[in-house]
Amino acid sequence: METVLRSAKATVTIGHDQPFCVIGERINPTGRKAFQAELQRGDLSRVARDVEEQVAGGAMVLDVNMGAPLADEVGLMAAAVKMIQGLCDLPLCIDSSVVEALEAGLAAYDGKALVNSVTAEDERLEAVLPLVKRHGAAVIALPNDEEEIPAEPRRRLDLAKKIVDVATGRFGIPLEDIVLDPLAMPVGADTSLVQRSLETLWLIREEIGTNTTLGASNVSFGMPDRAAIGAAFLPMAAVMGLTSAIMDARSPVLVQSVKAADLLLDHDPWGAAWIAGHRRRAAAAPGPST
Amino acid sequence: MSPEDLLRELYDRTLVGNAPEVLRLTNEGLTMGMSPETLLFDSLIPSLEEVGARFERGDFFVPEMLIAGKAMAGALDVLRPLLAETGAETVGTFVMGTVKGDVHDIGKNLVNIMLEGAGFQVIDLGVQVAPERFIEAIQEHQPDIVGFSAFLTTTMPMFKANINALEKAGLRDQVLVMVGGAPVTQEYADAVGADGYAADASAAVAKAKALIAARRASATV
Repeated sequence: METVLRSAKATVTIGHDQPFCVIGERINPTGRKAFQAELQRGDLSRVARDVEEQVAGGAMVLDVNMGAPLADEVGLMAAAVKMIQGLCDLPLCIDSSVVEALEAGLAAYDGKALVNSVTAEDERLEAVLPLVKRHGAAVIALPNDEEEIPAEPRRRLDLAKKIVDVATGRFGIPLEDIVLDPLAMPVGADTSLVQRSLETLWLIREEIGTNTTLGASNVSFGMPDRAAIGAAFLPMAAVMGLTSAIMDARSPVLVQSVKAADLLLDHDPWGAAWIAGHRRRAAAAPGPST
Repeated sequence: MSPEDLLRELYDRTLVGNAPEVLRLTNEGLTMGMSPETLLFDSLIPSLEEVGARFERGDFFVPEMLIAGKAMAGALDVLRPLLAETGAETVGTFVMGTVKGDVHDIGKNLVNIMLEGAGFQVIDLGVQVAPERFIEAIQEHQPDIVGFSAFLTTTMPMFKANINALEKAGLRDQVLVMVGGAPVTQEYADAVGADGYAADASAAVAKAKALIAARRASATV
């Protein structure tokens, strides 16, 4: 199953037979005090550097989140989406929990965006899915509802199926435009949590077959040497069926881990992309070749 | 083992979160005739404060904080009824919850650990706590402070909704309100009319103590 995202000039395909799709997480003010303060003043200048660094790092899609407290998230989203389209050709992932901000981002976008996100909560389904349908976008779906973030993979699968049923049945959204998130939780909070996400990925792959994504940085939250944890996690998740991740595209260790997973899982015929990546790095950092 | 040795051992075992040893040493101290206050204030609380300090410095990580908190909680289960018997005054009572619509609880749980570690009685209402449930818990437990946690910019407005509910229930003057969570700022806390905000778990404890001290001081004037 293939999820096709488009900008005005470029197309990115997410799929089980495709290279792993790196969605850059950086354009997000959460935990970035200076960026928050700038957004409160309507200053988007920092976004240009975030775009440049993520494109250079190998991002294939860029997530855009403007959720800073006491800032005009709706206006900022429209402005940021317009600005980023002028800076790069990558498709965008419009990320907000405010429906009006999703709407503003989608209206400002030229192409087929990924919407981040909808949950299994009835209210969210009713608010977000009509927007997704109207704009012909794809959507990330999180299997939690009003009651809980289920611990059990089977229960997550049930909620994922509920979202799929409502999205395809009631709103006529194609199944391939739903990207399911198995919920990646911090291993530092409980070392049994990541296995549940991996199991959920496998169940989604076996029983629904859609593409999948998750917030990879969640996994290493609160732990030291985060990049190494992410670089171990992402290939494990790829084996279980993960086809994209919202991740730190500026981290060479992380990005190389998914490129290596592509190679090892036969998504990189003859290792051409892996070898080309090596040559690019070697050219950028002159020194003895290995 | 001398009482001094026991206190030092209890401190060290709490620091590394060895729950069975912390429980054993707590019971052994009581058997030796040491007071629950001594065990709490001369060993367990200083140890948890050190855990918090190391965490803030980046020397300790989330699992180490959680396991130390768990070890401390085991000792508190033994000590709490004894402290109640002796009529020892608690530092304060804290009702805590993640606001409605929000399921994030790691930060809240860390703050709970540090509060308990500092001698507060903490009543944790969990996640997705609706305003009515905060009101019920405040009426039941009569806390000094109620804490609202939110991790999302979209759930932060629940702070204001909760404060409005407190006002409507006539409880706003009886309880101090603290707010916190990743996207929350002092500016935002002021805008919704909270009494206190802190950026991290250690600062939250300091703020909670300061708020209670200020209130008790103004009450005695």
